[in-house]
Amino acid sequence: MAGLATSFGSGAMTNPFDDLEASDCLLVVGSNTTVAHPMVGMRLMRRKRTGGRLIVVDPRRTTLAELADIHLRLRPGTDVPLFNGLMRIIHESGWHKQDFIEARTENFPALLEAIAPWTPEATESVTGVPRDLLFRAAEAYATAAASSIIYCLGITQHRCGVNNVRVLADLAMLCGQIGRPGTGVNPLRGQNNVQGSCDMGGLPDYYPGYQKVDDPEVRATFARAWNRPQPTTPGLTSLEMMEALHRGSLKAMIILGENPVVSDPDASHVKAALGKAEFLLCIDIFPTPTTELAHLTLPGASFAESDGTFTNSERRVQRVRQALPPLAGRSNSRIIQDLSCRMGYAMPPDSPAAVFDEMCALTPSLRGMSHTRLDRESLCWPCPDKDHPGTPMLHKDHFVRGKGLFAGLAHTPPAELPDADYPLLLNTGMGHSHYLTGTMTRRCPMLEREMPHLVADMHPDDAKALGLREGSRIRLNSRRGSVAARAHLTDTVPQGTVFAPLHFAEAPINALTIAERDPVSKTPEFKICAVNIEKV
Amino acid sequence: MTIRHTSTVCPYCGCGCGLTLETAEGRILRTIPTADAPVNQGRLCVKGWNVHDFVQHPDRLTQPLLREGRECRPLDWESALDHAARELCRIRDTYGPDSIGILTSARCTNEENYLLQKFARCAVGTHNIDHCARL
Repeated sequence: MAGLATSFGSGAMTNPFDDLEASDCLLVVGSNTTVAHPMVGMRLMRRKRTGGRLIVVDPRRTTLAELADIHLRLRPGTDVPLFNGLMRIIHESGWHKQDFIEARTENFPALLEAIAPWTPEATESVTGVPRDLLFRAAEAYATAAASSIIYCLGITQHRCGVNNVRVLADLAMLCGQIGRPGTGVNPLRGQNNVQGSCDMGGLPDYYPGYQKVDDPEVRATFARAWNRPQPTTPGLTSLEMMEALHRGSLKAMIILGENPVVSDPDASHVKAALGKAEFLLCIDIFPTPTTELAHLTLPGASFAESDGTFTNSERRVQRVRQALPPLAGRSNSRIIQDLSCRMGYAMPPDSPAAVFDEMCALTPSLRGMSHTRLDRESLCWPCPDKDHPGTPMLHKDHFVRGKGLFAGLAHTPPAELPDADYPLLLNTGMGHSHYLTGTMTRRCPMLEREMPHLVADMHPDDAKALGLREGSRIRLNSRRGSVAARAHLTDTVPQGTVFAPLHFAEAPINALTIAERDPVSKTPEFKICAVNIEKV
Repeated sequence: MTIRHTSTVCPYCGCGCGLTLETAEGRILRTIPTADAPVNQGRLCVKGWNVHDFVQHPDRLTQPLLREGRECRPLDWESALDHAARELCRIRDTYGPDSIGILTSARCTNEENYLLQKFARCAVGTHNIDHCARL
C-alpha cells in the first residue's frame, strides 16, 4: 500500500475487475492468480482466450505462465532491475508517452537516471531473462491500446517491496497506461477485508479514510466526534509491537482474529515475544497456536454470524449479512462495545448499520454510503455523497496526489541468498486448496483431503543430487528453524529453488523465513531465504 | 422445515465473491454462488463452495477460556469481560496507554474494525493498532 500511495496518492487497485476484460495486454507480476485469486484468474484466462495478450513475470512456471504469450522467468528478487531494463528499452525505442509524462507526472529525470545503467545486457545478466523476451514484453506492454498491471505478494513480500511496487507505477506512467479503462496498476488483496481494515483506520498512523494521526486538525475532529482527547504519540506497527514486547515496554496485547505465531516470519521470535506479555487477550473462532499463549480467549463470531460490510480489492464495499446467530452468543462488535464500557469509555450497543453511519460521517471518501444503499448495490469508494455512483476507476484526469511521482530506483539484492551451508532458495506462497494459516480450510474435509500435509516443490535435478524421489520425506532447514515435509519433483520451480506453502501449523514454513523487512511498509521478505534439505 | 437464503460475501481472499448461505434449523446446509454478484458472476472457487464446513466445525470456540497455569478454565461472558477490563485497566493505569498494543483483523467487518480502532484510541488511549496488511 505504501508504494502505490507514494506514487499515485492512493494504495488501492486503480481499476475494477471488470476492466481486466477490457485490457489488450495483461502484465501479471508475482501473482499465482489461478490459485490465490481464482475468480480473477478466471477472468484473465477468459481475456487471453478472446485475444488479449498475457505476460507473466514469475520465477515459477505457474498455470498462468503456461498459458502466457510471454513468460519472464526472472531470478527471485530481481524485479527492480527487470522493470528498469524494460523501461530503458521502451524509452530508447520511443514507445513511451511523452505528452502524458509532461502533463500528468513529475520527477521524470530521476527515472531516466535510474534506468540508464540497465542496458539489455546488464538486465539479462542480473535477472536471467533473455534479451529477446525483454524486447517482446516491453513492446507488447507499451504499445497496446490498453495495458493493465496485476500484482500480488510476489512483489510486496521482499525487503524492497515498496520499491518493487513503485517501479511498476513508474512503468505504467512512462507508457501512459493508467487512468483509462483496461489500464492501471492493480494489487490483488490477500484477505477478504484487508482493504477495509486499512480504510477503517486499523493502522497506527491513520484514522478512518487515511486521515493522518499526526495532523492536529484531524486529531481535533476525532477528539470532538468521539468526545475523548486523542493520543499524540505515534503508534507501533505489528512488528514494532513484537519488538516492544521483547524489550518490555509493551505489556499487554489484544489480538482479534489473527494468528501471528503462524503467519509472521521467524515464528519462535514471535512466540517468545507474546510469551512475555503480562496480559494477552485473543478473540478468535478457533483455537490456534496464538490463542494457546493467551491469558484469556474470547470466542469470536464467524462471517456467517456477522452483520456489516467487507471491502474487496477493488474498493467495493459489499454487505455481509448474518445467516446464523453468533455461535457463542455474542457478536464481535458487542465484545468490543462491552469491553469499552467496562474500561470507562461509553460505547453504546449500536447496530452495525448505526456504527457504519457514524464511520461514514467521519470518512469523506465513504460519506455517501449506508447499509440501506448497499443493500441495493455495492459501491466503490470514493463515494462522497448520497447521489454519487461510486468510483470504480481512480486517477482518471489527475492522480489522487495531483501529479504522478516517478521514483527511479536502484536494485536492492535479497537479504539472504543461498550459500555453501544453505544452498537452496526458499520461496513461499499458497497452495490451491488451502488458505493462509489453514485455520479455516484445514477444517473443510474436502479441502484437507486435497492437501493433508506440507509438500515442497523442488526441481528434479536438485532432488536427484540429494537422492530424493517423488514423495520422499525430507527436512527443510534454515538458520532460524526446521520443518518436516515431503518432496514433490517438478520443473515448474527453477533449479536451485524450493517452493513451500504456509498453511500447516504442524510444519510452519515461517519457522524458516527471515524477519528482514521493507524499511517503509515493514512487510517481511517471505519470498526469499536460504535453506538446505536433508533426507529423513 | 423453513429454508432461508442469506446473500453475503466470501471470507477468504480479496476478490469479494458473493455467496449465498442456505440455512435451516440453525445450520448451514450448503453454500452456493450468488448469481448476480458483481465479482464472481455466479461462480465460486473450491474454497468458497466449502466455506460452511469451517463455520460449523466442532472445534469452534464456544465459551471464554481463562488460562490457569497449563490448564484453561471456561468462564461466563460477564466474568470474562470483567476480567479482561480489569487487567487492561490495571496495565493502562500502571504503565500508561502506550503499553497496550492491538491487532485488528482483515477477516472482520468494517464495522468491527472501526469499533476496535476507536476502542484503541479512546478506551485505551493509544495509536498502537495495526493488522496483517503488511504480510
